[in-house]
Order: sequence, then structure tokens, then C-alpha cells
Amino acid sequence: MQIASATLAELAAALRARELSSDELTRAYLGRIEQHDPRLNSFVTVTGEQALAQASAADAILGRGEGGPLTGIPLAHKDIFCTDGVLTTCGSRMLANFTAPYDATAVANLQAAGTVLLGKTNMDEFAMGSSNETSHFGAVRNPWDTERVPGGSSGGSAAAVAAGLVAAATGTDTGGSIRQPAALCGITGLKPTYGRVSRYGMIAFASSLDQGGVLTRSAEDAALLLGAMAGFDPRDSTSVDTPVPDYAATLGDDLAGLRIGLPREYFGDGVDAGVGTAIEAALAELRALGAETVEISLPNSHLAVPTYYVIAPAECSANLARFDGVRYGHRCDAPRDLEDLYKRSRSEGFGPEVKRRIMIGTYALSAGYYDAYYLKAQRVRRLIGDDFRRAFEQVDVIAGPTAPTTAFRLGERVDDPITMYLSDIFTIAANLAGLPGVSLPAGFADGLPVGLQLIGDHFAEGRLLNVGHRFQQATDWHRKVPQAYA
Amino acid sequence: MPLERADIENIAHLARLELDEADVASYARHLSDILAFVEQLDAADTADTTPMAHPLDAVQRLRPDEVSESDRREHFQAIAPAVEDGLYLVPKVIE
Repeated sequence: MQIASATLAELAAALRARELSSDELTRAYLGRIEQHDPRLNSFVTVTGEQALAQASAADAILGRGEGGPLTGIPLAHKDIFCTDGVLTTCGSRMLANFTAPYDATAVANLQAAGTVLLGKTNMDEFAMGSSNETSHFGAVRNPWDTERVPGGSSGGSAAAVAAGLVAAATGTDTGGSIRQPAALCGITGLKPTYGRVSRYGMIAFASSLDQGGVLTRSAEDAALLLGAMAGFDPRDSTSVDTPVPDYAATLGDDLAGLRIGLPREYFGDGVDAGVGTAIEAALAELRALGAETVEISLPNSHLAVPTYYVIAPAECSANLARFDGVRYGHRCDAPRDLEDLYKRSRSEGFGPEVKRRIMIGTYALSAGYYDAYYLKAQRVRRLIGDDFRRAFEQVDVIAGPTAPTTAFRLGERVDDPITMYLSDIFTIAANLAGLPGVSLPAGFADGLPVGLQLIGDHFAEGRLLNVGHRFQQATDWHRKVPQAYA
Repeated sequence: MPLERADIENIAHLARLELDEADVASYARHLSDILAFVEQLDAADTADTTPMAHPLDAVQRLRPDEVSESDRREHFQAIAPAVEDGLYLVPKVIE
């Protein structure tokens, strides 16, 4: 078996048939990380020793003919998920010394399913970025072209899966942070419905938008992983108390009669020609599978990014107030007084993009500006949500490019926040509306991967994964691995 | 409305951030650009629109007021920058 391109489903089958042990698999990935990650920088922490202990425990379970489909499968978690006893940095100097004292629910659920923790992946600082260049631990490189970004903020997870350093990884998506790096790295990335995966122990950025999800090689793998990760959690007050369906059971459903909406706002001038061509070909493939495409309109699409850049910074400024140098995280040397302790600890601990967003949010929420910014943005957010509600009266899923371009060069957008923010122009609206979205590998433009985004109605993850799976049965874009890592 | 140096210093203070003198101008430029960018929202007619605080319009769930967590103070304080006798230490606040 080719480890680099193997899917979770294939690995799980090999583990259960005892053709491969979890120990062998874990060692194989640890070896690949040692070989390739000095260049890619996709991991912040590799938990080798712990992984081998967990693998050996999994092998004992598998040896008895017990365990579930994920028993013995190595995974990596984005370094935003708290992992008990393991460094959890959130890509920030603020938490560079933070060993989490408990597990996030998503982590605990996947651990209970028998997975092996291989390590923690690099990310934009506090998940604020679209290129993984804001990480305190340095930029991550895209395995398809190491002079280019992997996307962000779950860039480490995306690069690691794309290079076959791990078969799947967790991520979080506040404005596109799973789907955009999945697109730029040529893998599958699923952001579930808001509230589907518990936010407990997932370091908060913008609480009304944050959602945990998965980066995998295939839609089938995403179904397997989401089923284990999702579910109601009384520890997260916005967790949704709705049963988790068997996502694997509906993967093979026929696409005949499926109505796919193509928002005219997601096509046209703003999209690179090569991306557009690949998307058109993917849509033709879906039509060949029996789906029907219908032009629709999401008239407030152009307001999604500006709405987000009020709401997300406002919520981030409140959430990040907790980092004050008192209870955990970075503390400055020899503070003169309490205010000095707060100010210097925060100024030393946070990087420039995080500071920018905290300040925008502080300004937007300050006396006299709240109505003009935050409340206005929440009203426009409703308009954007209503656009989708109307669209889903006509169609089953919505499709378009995940990102307007392929992976851009390292450094290209770092000094231009607005251009960087527009990288997420097609992904942000789903977060504002709380909808699930998936990015699927859909071909290449000039040798760089292109992602097809599908957006579904609330809790329609099963439908998205079904469409993704049927598409991946008919195509092999998701099996491509960059040559240097094959 | 472009932000001036004094605005940036005031916002930084409210956010309990201390900026390097040399960086204030670049923060002023970037923040002003972002505010100008979000001004597009003003053109949207939202007179009859209810603000959306939660995408599923959920309300806060309540639970019985019962103790459900055990005391893990020592565990949590093991990662604190400075503690003494179970208390977190900060510079003197009251003379």
C-alpha cells in the first residue's frame, strides 16, 4: 500500500485485516514527518512517543478482533484544539508555553474512537489568516510548490495531509479556514453546520462563526471522521442537540435529480481563468452523474467579507481579552504594575494580525460605534442568511470555486490585509449563515490544485459528502500526491 | 474616516495593547483601510432587518444550578506564570 496516498478507509481495512499494524503505520508516518517536515513546517509538535504507546494499545484491541473503524488510525490535530498534557500553542507566542490541562471534546471523541495522536499542526496565529504566514512558528509551505502558501488558517493540517504525513487531520473554519487550505493543497475539507462539532476546548476566535471539522483525502474519509467527532456536548452552550446521522450510509446515493445551484456572484471576473475552467469541468462531471445545474443569485454576496470583518474582530477582541498574563500563557518580565502586566504580556504575546483584529473589534464595539458597526453587520448577516434560505427552496446544494485563485506565493499578500481577506470571498458567507461546506479537489491550473466548493443547507453534511463521494468515484483528483512526496 | 495617531493610541489602550512607536503609523493605515472597506455595509438597506446573533437563531440553553465539576485548582495552577498558596500573583494593586 502507498502510505502517501492511502485513504482512512483503506488504512482502516488494512488494520482490521491485520495486513498492517497501527505501530507500523504510526512509524511510517513519523518517518515521513522526520523526512519532509523540516521543509514543510506543518507540525508544531510531534508526539512520537505517545503515538507509539497509543498505537500499541490499538494493536492489542485489534488483535482481539475488537475496536471500531478508526481504531489505530493516526491523526493530527490543529494546534487550536486543547490536548491534555500536550503543548497547545494556537500558533501564538502567547501560548508557546501552554500545556493544555484538558482535552477538547472533539479530541476526546476521536480518541475514544481509537485514533492515535501523531501531533499538533501549525496554523495562523489564533486562526487569523488565510496563508498560514501569521504563525509564531513560521509559515507552512505548500507541498505542491514550496514557494507558495498552503492557505490558512488550517494550513499545517492541509499541507500534512496533502504530503501524506498523516491520512487526516482536524481543522477549524471561521471564514474558510478548512475549505480554503484544502482547496489550495488539493485535498478534501469539510466545515460542518455551526454547532455540529463541539467548540469545547477549541480555542475561541469568533464564537458565532467558529466550527471544527476535518481535512482528509476523500469525502468518504470525512464522513468516517465527522461521524466520530460530531455530536451534542453539554459543555458547549451552542452545541446542537440533534442526532448525528450515519454519514457513511448515504455516501453512495444516486445523484439523479440533484439540483445544484450556481450563484452567478461566484463566477465571472473575480475568478482566475484556470480556476474557472477546472470548476466548469467538475460541474460537467456532476451533470454526467445525473445532477442538474441551475443558475441562482445570492445578491448580498459582495457584503459577506465586510460583514465578517466587523463580526469576527468584534468577537475576537472579546474572546482574546482572557489572555492577560495572569493565569496561563505568556507573561512579560518584571511588570511595574497590573496595567503594565496586561499591556506588555499581550503586546509581546500577540503578532501584528491578531493585534489588528483585536483593535478593529475594540473600535467596533466601543461606545458610540456599536450600532454603526456590530449591529449593522449583524443585520447584513441576516440578509446573507436569507439569500441562502431562499436559494435552498430552489436547489439542494450550491456549487462554485472554493477560492478565486490557486495557491499564491509566500509573502505576496502579507502587507496587504484587504487582499488577504478577499482570499476567503467564497467561503465566508457559509460561516455567516452557519451552513456546512466542503471543498473537493477538482483539478489543476498551472500545476496547482483547484477546489470545488459545495455548500448545503443546515445539517446537510450527509448530502455534501454523498455528492463528494460520487464525484470522487468518477474522478481521481483526490488521489493525486505531489511528486516529491509520493 | 481615517484614524489618527491619537485614535490608534486610544484603541490600543482600550484593548490593553502597547504598540511600538514605530508601528503606530502602519496600524493607522491598515485599520483605516479596513474601516473604509467595511463602510460598504452602509449601502445595504437593513431598516426592517433583525440582527442575526446566531445562525440557527438558537437561544442560550439553561441547566440546573448544580455543582458538576470537581476542584482542579492545583492542576490549573501548575501552568500559571506565578502562584503562591493557591493564589495567582500579580503586581500589587492596593497600596
